[in-house]
Amino acid sequence: MYRYDNYDQTLVDERVTQFRDQMTRYLDGRLGEEEFRPLRLQNGLYIQKYAPMLRIAIPYGMLSSDQLRRLASIARRYDRGYGHFSTRQNLQLNWPAIETVPDILGELAEVQMHAIQTSGNCIRNTTSDQFAGIAADEVEDPRPWCELIRQWSTLHPEFAFLPRKFKIAVTGASSDRAAIQVHDIGLRLWRDDEGEVRVRVLAGGGLGRTPMIGDVVRDDLPWKHLLTYLEACVRVYNQFGRRDNKFKARIKILVKALGIEEFRRRVDAEWEHLKDGPQTLTPAAVEAAKTHFPEPERRPVSDEAIAAYEQQRQEDRALARFVTNNVTDHKVAGYKAVTLSLKRRELAPGDVTSDQMEAVADLAERFSFGEVRVTHEQNLVLSDVPVDQMVALWQALDELGMANPTVGTLNDIICCPGGDFCGLANAVSIPIAQALQERFEDLDFLYDLGPLDLNISGCMNACGHHHVGHIGILGVDKKGEEYYQVSLGGNSTDDASLGKILGPSFYREDVPDVIDKVLKVYVESRHADERFLDTYRRIGIKPFKERVYA
Amino acid sequence: MPDQQPTVARTLLKKGQPETDTWALSRDSEALPEQRPAIVPLALWLDAKEDSGLAPWLPSDTALDSELAKELASAPRIAIDFPAFTDGRGYTLARMLRERFGYQGEIRAIGDVLVDQLYYMSRCGFDALALRDDQLLEDAQRALGAFSVSYQPGVDTKEALFERRLREGNHS
Ligand code: SF4
Repeated sequence: MYRYDNYDQTLVDERVTQFRDQMTRYLDGRLGEEEFRPLRLQNGLYIQKYAPMLRIAIPYGMLSSDQLRRLASIARRYDRGYGHFSTRQNLQLNWPAIETVPDILGELAEVQMHAIQTSGNCIRNTTSDQFAGIAADEVEDPRPWCELIRQWSTLHPEFAFLPRKFKIAVTGASSDRAAIQVHDIGLRLWRDDEGEVRVRVLAGGGLGRTPMIGDVVRDDLPWKHLLTYLEACVRVYNQFGRRDNKFKARIKILVKALGIEEFRRRVDAEWEHLKDGPQTLTPAAVEAAKTHFPEPERRPVSDEAIAAYEQQRQEDRALARFVTNNVTDHKVAGYKAVTLSLKRRELAPGDVTSDQMEAVADLAERFSFGEVRVTHEQNLVLSDVPVDQMVALWQALDELGMANPTVGTLNDIICCPGGDFCGLANAVSIPIAQALQERFEDLDFLYDLGPLDLNISGCMNACGHHHVGHIGILGVDKKGEEYYQVSLGGNSTDDASLGKILGPSFYREDVPDVIDKVLKVYVESRHADERFLDTYRRIGIKPFKERVYA
Repeated sequence: MPDQQPTVARTLLKKGQPETDTWALSRDSEALPEQRPAIVPLALWLDAKEDSGLAPWLPSDTALDSELAKELASAPRIAIDFPAFTDGRGYTLARMLRERFGYQGEIRAIGDVLVDQLYYMSRCGFDALALRDDQLLEDAQRALGAFSVSYQPGVDTKEALFERRLREGNHS
């Protein structure tokens, strides 16, 4: 994991001092509400419906066990003893008192964490593949690159007041688990014939009110130009992005308005001047970043141990279910990545109590080199579990309520905080998730359905990524009443697509029935082994429509 | 709306130090003011460049190309307007004037210039900060020195932190 040196530490410490000063000036009236707003937002602090919310950065989803313990103690001390992992790999506290936020930031700085740029019209936390560094299909570990981007974007003097928020996602694998096509900028690292890393740069993707799939600005950028090229992209956006209408201010609108050719032309014209400048990466700089992400010292796992694990898996149906759904192959034989499900009916999707965080920190130390990852599906991952420890881990997770063998199924719902917490919401989202989890809890049924992404957002802002759910649910407001719009056919991975709206929206009580009908159409129409998404793509929306609105 | 009468900024921070300002600021886009020296809208200045008592201010949506930069090279100082503190275009303009077009004279931030923007402004090449009237000088000076380290190169430092670390042999 990345470890701070004196420079990083100085910067976050000074940031805490700065925010403490800003908070003091806000509380004594020297700083007005409007003027304080971007300052608090760029330190993660929202003023929400019922209480403030603090969003803490987890850069590209990587956490150490010490950091997780600190998050647990902060949630207990300053909040109500739990936190919420968001779809952008961050942690949100829902009930901190405003005046305590500088203290919270101070506590975070002690464990090399912060809340810098987790909100506001600036470059946000860079997100990545939760299986970075261990995935078998990876050609380049994205984490050192993410860290270089994190540093470049942190307190960037020119880009603190962009037209709107700006999100970057990076993948270095052949299958995209970072949803790079629906980010303001998506980066795919690949290797050319000489084995050199190149970067495909996408721009103009995004969800929200006007969802769009990103366009390729440049396919084969040599790695050393990564930062100067990003700077050119963001500079063009800063200059030409719309500032007159908040809903038209994202880069996707600019890219669409100019057309990708003209956007590319402007970026290239800008880049001419920045190229080979002082932010050009050197082999030594990249090497230095890479030293922070060494291979852990994995002890060898013997063939006998691997065989024994396979044997257990065949004999124990419950273990087999867990392994099939929650365990991912690893590039090293004898090791696996284990996804801890944060989708259980007692808690909202992505919520974790302080006690659970501490327990996970212990498990990370016992089973996975003290590291934890946060996924954009709002689960946690232990990335380096030797298979001879799998049963022990599985049992421990079961006790914690995090062994639900439903990762990737209909039950693994992505869900924003919605109307229960969020001031922008049109409708609640968590109760919808819970009603669906209750309705569709039979494991055999879930497995029979196969991989299915169901995503729920409480409003157009799409924090729950409903556009890219195979099934998406969006809370809408009709004359002050909560309704839900259902869309089908979205997807966030390689063949990304945006969902299509099924038709008029539904009452809250009717949502489970509607989903049930949608699933029935799928089950009746599918060809053998066809995913929901493939069936939908083959038969189109009509049969679903006919059934639901019959 | 800003006052149409030319005004002299109450507080100007020049290279971090308070200075009594002698330059009036005119936002009247129709006619040049009587006062000298005065900072006037770019369009008016372009037609009256030979008057050494005048300097231009650039609106935040100025398209700064090499032609305009050539004209601006002779300006005794250049002001860049922040119509709202949330409008970040002025940062790019200042950087381009300094880094691309090599402008050496004073670059002054005017308009909605608040304490908490000053650090970023100074990194982008602003060396004169005409604070909005309600801003306190001591807050401003403290805010300017908020950070002793930065990751990116800027007008203040030509070296990215990743390079500095390598130079210092400090990449642990
Ligand atoms: S999607 Fe809307 S309701 Fe949900 S968290 Fe985002 S802003 Fe709030």
